[in-house]
Amino acid sequence: MARAVTPKRKMINTIVAWSVGLLIFFPILWTILTSFKTEAQAINDPPLFLFFDWTLENYSVVQERSDYMRFLWNSVILAGGSTLLGIIVAIPAAWSMAFVPSKRTKDILLWMLSTKMLPAVGVLYPIYLVFIQLGLLDTRAGLTIVLMLINLPIIVWMLYTYFREIPGEILEAARMDGASLKEEILYVLTPMAIPGIASTVLLNFILAWNEAFWTLNLTAAKAAPLTAFIASYSSPEGLFYAKLSAASTMAIAPILVLGWFSQKQLVRGLTFGAVK
Amino acid sequence: MYLKNALHAATAISLIATYSAYADTITIATVNNGDMIRMQGLTDDFTAKTGHNVEWVTLEENVLRQRVTTDISTKGGAFDIMTIGMYETPIWGANGWLVPLDNLSAEYDVDDILPAMRNGLSNDGTLYAAPFYGESSMVMYRTDLMEKAGLEMPKAPTWDFIRQAAAAMTDRDNEINGICLRGKAGWGEGGAFITVTANSFGARWFDEGWNAQFDQPEWANALNFFVGMMAESGPPGYATNGFNENLSLFQQGKCGMWIDATVAASFVTNPNDSTVADKVGFALAPDTGLGKRANWLWAWALAIPAGSQKVDAAVQFIEWATSKGYIELVASKEGWANVPPGARTSLYENPEYQKVPFAQMTLDSINAADPTNPTVKPVPYVGIQFVAIPEFAGIATEVSQEFSAVYAGQQTVEEALAKAQALTNDAMEAAGYR
Repeated sequence: MARAVTPKRKMINTIVAWSVGLLIFFPILWTILTSFKTEAQAINDPPLFLFFDWTLENYSVVQERSDYMRFLWNSVILAGGSTLLGIIVAIPAAWSMAFVPSKRTKDILLWMLSTKMLPAVGVLYPIYLVFIQLGLLDTRAGLTIVLMLINLPIIVWMLYTYFREIPGEILEAARMDGASLKEEILYVLTPMAIPGIASTVLLNFILAWNEAFWTLNLTAAKAAPLTAFIASYSSPEGLFYAKLSAASTMAIAPILVLGWFSQKQLVRGLTFGAVK
Repeated sequence: MYLKNALHAATAISLIATYSAYADTITIATVNNGDMIRMQGLTDDFTAKTGHNVEWVTLEENVLRQRVTTDISTKGGAFDIMTIGMYETPIWGANGWLVPLDNLSAEYDVDDILPAMRNGLSNDGTLYAAPFYGESSMVMYRTDLMEKAGLEMPKAPTWDFIRQAAAAMTDRDNEINGICLRGKAGWGEGGAFITVTANSFGARWFDEGWNAQFDQPEWANALNFFVGMMAESGPPGYATNGFNENLSLFQQGKCGMWIDATVAASFVTNPNDSTVADKVGFALAPDTGLGKRANWLWAWALAIPAGSQKVDAAVQFIEWATSKGYIELVASKEGWANVPPGARTSLYENPEYQKVPFAQMTLDSINAADPTNPTVKPVPYVGIQFVAIPEFAGIATEVSQEFSAVYAGQQTVEEALAKAQALTNDAMEAAGYR
């Protein structure tokens, strides 16, 4: 039986939800506000919230100093490429684990996830040496592969969870109607799992976009994405908080807009199968 | 006729080919600070003179350090020039990771580099990096608050005077702290400051047998003095304050004194950013009369990794960026106060530069620092605020974390020194020094 929600309870829930939401969003809001201040206003004590002389100077300086479009394009290629590649590899893997499980499927899934528990710096030197040998240092191709590999466990896990919600009988019916394995995955399974695949794509795109260890350590001038763009404005010897905030705002803006427009899809995908 | 045309074409092609071969694109890894960003803006001058293009990779200091260390130790060749400091240069030079700068042109005038900088960037007499700018540390103080306190800052103060002046300038009701100093954990942050303070109290990191010296009274004296003075006159929460936090406090008029890098002088006297720009005086870092002042020596320098395929173009860039001509170029475009300081003797002989208020004090501070003889008692190492061995960064970061815990009131001076002694000796034993 559904629990009755009184107007008072609804109001409290709404206030709590908005408060938590604002609390989580506050650092981003503060970064955006700081990007419109002068360097002196950025460090003012007490901090200035809305009432200061708004300026676009930091954006102008950042535009002048850095080739923003080059960094942005690299981020799009790396995040998009690694997510696409990951999905292509993960759909068949998740299919086999969900519908043709073996005795060791659970162990394999756990082992895959355990690779995420290894500190990235632990494998920096081996990967760096491999990249030197293969000539992949500071290339988008090399970094796309690395980003795909580090996000692959999450992609497989997410798809596996979604696929398990799909009744195996439907796939069996498709097989009885003469569908080949490829047709079964492409024309039956994939369309049914679209919400789950979409949310997996979105989440991994965001993870790849924000990845700041490999993207800083395996790039120099050519393949550096927006994470390197932000790092170039951080300084322990000099107060450049307003410019750093402008660079950060420019770096997060595309992903913020993407997240905003796709939030319904993202929530639907993440709660897919949660309510029968 | 046909032959003549063919010869002309061949000549043109070979000329283009020669120019293409000559014009390289070099990749430079550097840090984000005012002087480096200014250099990036002036790169067109280098390209116009040499035909070489430059690609910049600008990173935060600690990220840069990790990034270039990975590349140079694997001979990755991602960079043709790296911006490194006095800590890395002698170690990497000794490892054969850097191209020796022993063939610089006569016009470059290598003898004009300040001796302290040249020594700090050399190993066994060979220069491995050219200083882009150098710095020491000094006292920056509010002239108005000092006058209000009825005191006069000597050119070379003692720690006792600094403590007395700090107490006199402190005005808690108006949020004015007598003194702002680094307490933040990290070998290059609070670790550097407490090391030079300890040097002036007669302490040292190691004796001649590489035994840690934190169990000696000099370290306890230095640390107790520092903690006592900061409790009386320092800002609240100083355990997490580094360069930027103190710069921010000083610029907002909340510090009577600040002892830190000489490069900060141009920030605190800049009226666009500082509310106290016209009320700042300078003095040498303090001492206790034992013969060593609490000032460090540092340079951001340009070096060529051994894996670079474009050494000739890289040498040309280094000669351009660290030359007398570059200093004149910056002066002509942005004024003498903005030229990279602390690298060349001739800069301090220039009458125009002598008019800059902090010029002489910067030079005096640099000259007062001797990385080859940094402490009162003899030591087996080179370096003032660091010990030029590869293990130091890791050890000193841990030690500075213990000290920061004292500043935050989480443990006593004695506990922190005992832990520092144990962890340093353990690490040195594991590394084979003891």
